Amino acid sequence: MEILKKLVSIYGPSGREDMVAEFIIDNIKDYVDEIQKDVLGNVIAIKKGKGKNKIMLASHMDQIGFMVNFIDENGFLRFSNVGGINPYSLLFKRVVFKNGVEGIIAKEQKADIKELSMKDLFIDIGVGNKEEASKKVQVGDFAVLKSDFKDLGDVLVGPAFDDRLGCYILIELVKNIKDTDNDVYFVFTTQEEVGLRGAKVAAYKIQPDLAIVVDVTSTGDTPNCNKMVVKLGEGAAIKIMDRGFIVHPKVKDLLVSIAEEYNIKYQFEILDLGTTDAAEIHVSKAGVPTGVVSIPTRYIHSDSEMVSKKDIEAAINLLIKVLEKAFNL
Amino acid sequence: MLKKLTDAFGVSGCEKEIRNLIKEEVKNFGDVYIDKLGNLIVHKKGKGKRVMLAAHMDEVGFIVTSIKDDGKIKFAPVGGIDSRILVSKRVVFGRTKIKGVIGYKPIHLQSEVEKNKAVDIKELFIDIGATSKEEALKYVKIGDYATFESEYVDMGRYIKAKALDDRVGCAILIDVLKENYNLDLYCVFTVQEEVGLRGATVAAYSIEPEIGLVIEGTTCADFVKDEKDFITQTGKGPAISVMDSSSIVNERLFKRIIKVAEYYKIPYQLRRGTVGGNDAGAIHKSKVGCITASISVPTRYIHSPISMINKDDYENTLKLVKRVLESLEKEEL
Repeated sequence: MEILKKLVSIYGPSGREDMVAEFIIDNIKDYVDEIQKDVLGNVIAIKKGKGKNKIMLASHMDQIGFMVNFIDENGFLRFSNVGGINPYSLLFKRVVFKNGVEGIIAKEQKADIKELSMKDLFIDIGVGNKEEASKKVQVGDFAVLKSDFKDLGDVLVGPAFDDRLGCYILIELVKNIKDTDNDVYFVFTTQEEVGLRGAKVAAYKIQPDLAIVVDVTSTGDTPNCNKMVVKLGEGAAIKIMDRGFIVHPKVKDLLVSIAEEYNIKYQFEILDLGTTDAAEIHVSKAGVPTGVVSIPTRYIHSDSEMVSKKDIEAAINLLIKVLEKAFNL
Repeated sequence: MLKKLTDAFGVSGCEKEIRNLIKEEVKNFGDVYIDKLGNLIVHKKGKGKRVMLAAHMDEVGFIVTSIKDDGKIKFAPVGGIDSRILVSKRVVFGRTKIKGVIGYKPIHLQSEVEKNKAVDIKELFIDIGATSKEEALKYVKIGDYATFESEYVDMGRYIKAKALDDRVGCAILIDVLKENYNLDLYCVFTVQEEVGLRGATVAAYSIEPEIGLVIEGTTCADFVKDEKDFITQTGKGPAISVMDSSSIVNERLFKRIIKVAEYYKIPYQLRRGTVGGNDAGAIHKSKVGCITASISVPTRYIHSPISMINKDDYENTLKLVKRVLESLEKEEL
């Protein structure tokens, strides 16, 4: 959990994932046979087995964030969203820049709260004018939401579980899988939140026989929410479909059969909105049988996402068995 | 050169005229070939890094969808066009050079509701003065393309013309081709950018560049009420992108471009805001990925009959692109 706590505190908006990449490389380099960073910044770590299948596991390093567009005379910053963000979730939230400068997102007082948009919001870094602001922050700089990691017992709360939690799970897998019949490519991707960009080029390069994406997904278990079968604490979610992806039937069967064989708690997921790296990976080159193991997550893209420890554990157990097993697709 | 380039016809999917014009200009500068989608590629072989410079040849315009019995021509937009700017504009067809005007009912016949809302593009038609379908068909066929009829005008400090997005990029590429660099340089005049970065997608696939540099004529709204919405400003130098809807610029290449601009004291600005996309979106995701950036000439009123650039911005963009290429020759990123 210490690693997860660290992971969610590292600055890494889409396109600016270097610090996350360095942390991950430091943590896994002793456990893998090969490690590299590609042109778009993806970290690709290879753990060689007996070569039966080439499996690609992918989680994205990037988190949603903000790019500064404009600094006004009084030192207030205007920004664009990096990734999909609901403006309401930003009101009076704290943000932090790469250099550690912090600010608060506020709204123009007279802006209509019923039609709130990014244009109505600004970042206040507590300076008096443009000149002072420019010493701390430049146009083109990126910021991320700042909040802390809390262990509430059964659940964890924090920023950027989307998808540092996936990265954490991959790190655990790197460290814990033993003899495997398969060559495993652990890919920590970039720019998922802005269009699955890192995963696209990584899949092209690797050409896996099988890909499994580990990412977060929404839940349908909070008051007056959209209908969705996924519930926090009910196990690893095996994705059936989302906006950009339908699971390969053989991959679904593989995941389900292993979960049942080893008594690992799982649930199915159908997501109405959104998609993951799997959407790009499964159509790479001549096609890649692909599946997604999702972690049910409440309040995605807010500064306090919530996940269940049991679900994380179930996902790790499931994936270890999948990787170690010699299977025929 | 810019006059020739902007006066030429070249709506997305119908770039033959502009391509032939550019081909003639660049034929002695390297290996010149046209790929399957119609991209014009000039390869200046060299030992250095494989660099792809891209500017799109295509412009927004119209395509004929049907011809009515009374000879009026119905059309669909090609690329993003604001229907509010279309009424009463002069257009010219690519194949036959027949001229026409975009018609709509006069203000006298518009209801109060109609007066206060943007006209639906479906209600507009092109009038070429034909009085019957038969007559119209002599000049125009379904599938023919048209663009704005508009002439290049030198205004002194400014230039106005149609299609500066992205003939200004094409002009810069032609000027760059006159120089020699210690790079394996591909200058690509792409097709179908305005309808989805399609030419650049296949060009990058076949070239496999290590570095991609997109030269654009980009949005400039330096006249709206609020400075924060300008995106770019004319007269403030080339606009360097950080992020748009299609790509996030590689940080190392971005920093290099800034460093070069500062070293040579070339004025520059950052492109603010993240709206819009360009060929970089296709190039950076090609195959195993490509380090990519965009440098643009701020262009007012793009996607209209008259766009406008500042001449100094053109010169400074050209200078910056050349200096960046020199720097890529010498020093690893």
